[in-house]
Amino acid sequence: MLKKVVQNVKASMGIYQAREDMVYGLLAEYPNPGALVSAARKVHSSGYRHFDTHSPFPIHGMDRAMGLGQSKVGYLTLIGGISGLALATWLQWWTSAVDYPMNISGKPFFAIEPSIPIMFELTVLLAALVTVGGMLAMNGLPRPYNPLFYSRGFSRVTDDAFFLHIAASDSNFDLDETETLLKEAGATSIEVVHDHGYSEVYTL
Amino acid sequence: MSSSTDKTVKLPAEPPLVTGNLGFHDITQLVSYHTEKRPPSVWYMALAVSSTLLCILLLMIAYLVWNGVGVWGNNNPVGWGWPIVNFVFWVGIGHAGTLISAILFLFRQQWRTAINRSAEAMTIFAVICALLFPTIHVGRVWVIYWTLPLPNQMEMWPQFKSPLLWDVFAVSVYFTVSLVFWYIGMVPDLATLRDRARNAFKRRILGFFSLGWSGANRHWRNYEKTYLLLAALATPLVLSVHSVVSFDFAVSIIPGWHTTIFPPYFVAGAIFSGFAMVMTLLILARRIYGIENIITIDHLEKMAIITLLTGTMVGFAYITEFFIAWYSQVEYEQYAFLNRATGPYAWAYWIMMSCNLLFPQFFWIKRLRRSIPFLFVTSIIVNIGMWFERFVITVTSLHRDFLPSSWDYFNPTIVDILTFVGSFGLFLTLFLIFLRYLPMVSMAEVKMVLPESDPHHYDDNHSKSEPH
Repeated sequence: MLKKVVQNVKASMGIYQAREDMVYGLLAEYPNPGALVSAARKVHSSGYRHFDTHSPFPIHGMDRAMGLGQSKVGYLTLIGGISGLALATWLQWWTSAVDYPMNISGKPFFAIEPSIPIMFELTVLLAALVTVGGMLAMNGLPRPYNPLFYSRGFSRVTDDAFFLHIAASDSNFDLDETETLLKEAGATSIEVVHDHGYSEVYTL
Repeated sequence: MSSSTDKTVKLPAEPPLVTGNLGFHDITQLVSYHTEKRPPSVWYMALAVSSTLLCILLLMIAYLVWNGVGVWGNNNPVGWGWPIVNFVFWVGIGHAGTLISAILFLFRQQWRTAINRSAEAMTIFAVICALLFPTIHVGRVWVIYWTLPLPNQMEMWPQFKSPLLWDVFAVSVYFTVSLVFWYIGMVPDLATLRDRARNAFKRRILGFFSLGWSGANRHWRNYEKTYLLLAALATPLVLSVHSVVSFDFAVSIIPGWHTTIFPPYFVAGAIFSGFAMVMTLLILARRIYGIENIITIDHLEKMAIITLLTGTMVGFAYITEFFIAWYSQVEYEQYAFLNRATGPYAWAYWIMMSCNLLFPQFFWIKRLRRSIPFLFVTSIIVNIGMWFERFVITVTSLHRDFLPSSWDYFNPTIVDILTFVGSFGLFLTLFLIFLRYLPMVSMAEVKMVLPESDPHHYDDNHSKSEPH
């Protein structure tokens, strides 16, 4: 049960469970962003969910083609911002009005007006740090190990190549059928990716 | 498709953002190549000069820390001399980077993609130089952590009502957020370098910093949202930083400082000087590294237009200050401004006026906006002018205070001068290291503005009218 939940969470980050025979998935290359978007649309409508596209830059309209909704990062930003604001307010009020009140030219120990700059700065600081931390967590990064890196051609994904990867953990996954689907969608090359290192470490 | 039914207004065609018919791979090659080959000999010469200056800076700091701030020209009545001038100068330069990376991003100005990486790098290095000056100005550098709210045995806290403390927070938050923004923007490009690296050691280092980036769309989705949110956070932040810096002056009661115009006027000046510095650096870098097709003359022209705009805003603020001094009928305020323009520092005032207000007006002429030698010269003149602006504000208001018996003329010492010159060594050394080891142009973002990156580019009829 818990294992299933963990697997689902990891899948949402793009980290998939390899099959018993170490097959991680099928990696297909497409010639251009247009072909990749239509392939993603096709794969999604055929019922696959554990799949991802890889490209050197974000492709417009890909989220919709893959059936992904809005990113949830924004909620974390809001939480971070509110915590920053609360921290700054508490810090300034507690240090100057509670812990060590000091009378400076008869000014109030705590007032909103002179506290605004620090409130603003800490709001921005925490919002930014939580956003970045949350983005990395949602993406499952840093992830130094990725079975896809075993594919020789995959190193061009950060240059000028466009890939679609269907993970073996998808319930619809079938080596032959999935390969046919990817081919029909216009793949120029398809390879089976095996997960070697991962299982060696995690055989416990 | 029937484009005649299309009701959208047709704007005149923009020149292409990337010239020379480059494809995705050409961009990777053009940018990554410079981090992989031996740098040009000019780079070594520049590094020799900048590291010499850096050594001078370190020597000057050591001398200062050993002897105390008395080695500077700061004295009664000018207690804030060159260190504050240099601080404001450097922190101002940093602003252009954030403006380009965040504000132009929110305004969907796609031309920024060619220059944002190097401009952000410049921001970070300029803010490092800026942070240096107040740090060494406190005198006892070894207790600089007293500016932070850390529990201590004296049970004392920093004074949160002081603009100087706001400055500590504003500039350090600005530095942190800019660094994070810069790094996050660089992750996909570091992955490109990682995938191209032949040397195992280099691949390992780049692999560490690129966080295992694989260009997955599930990742791009969160990544792009994060980038947008960071831009949205950095935009008010950059405007706030120089506003807070200006509070250091405006919250005091010194004539010439105590004005409400300071925050917007400082921010405009910061963007003005920052764009000039970006121009100085990029005109050299694009030429030496042969990336004129990515950082095109159109980019430089757009920067010239922003320089013209902000320079005129700054000039307008100078004149407004005079008007308000007269209109307020405050004798001290009026004297402070008359003294600026005609007193012992009139030379500095008129350098400032001509460099900042008059010189950029040449950019009304299109031919001059597109002349690289002219842009280069102007960019340097603007930064000279902006340094003098801070000098005029800081020194002229202080040298004649309310008590005529304490009036004096401020003279910098050789330590002042060498520390400032040395800070360019720090800045340039960091920038040269950046050019050598990191992708100086955001490859992923430049690829994104190519027409080939649009999935509809590959539709049979090449129409782009399908709703997204």
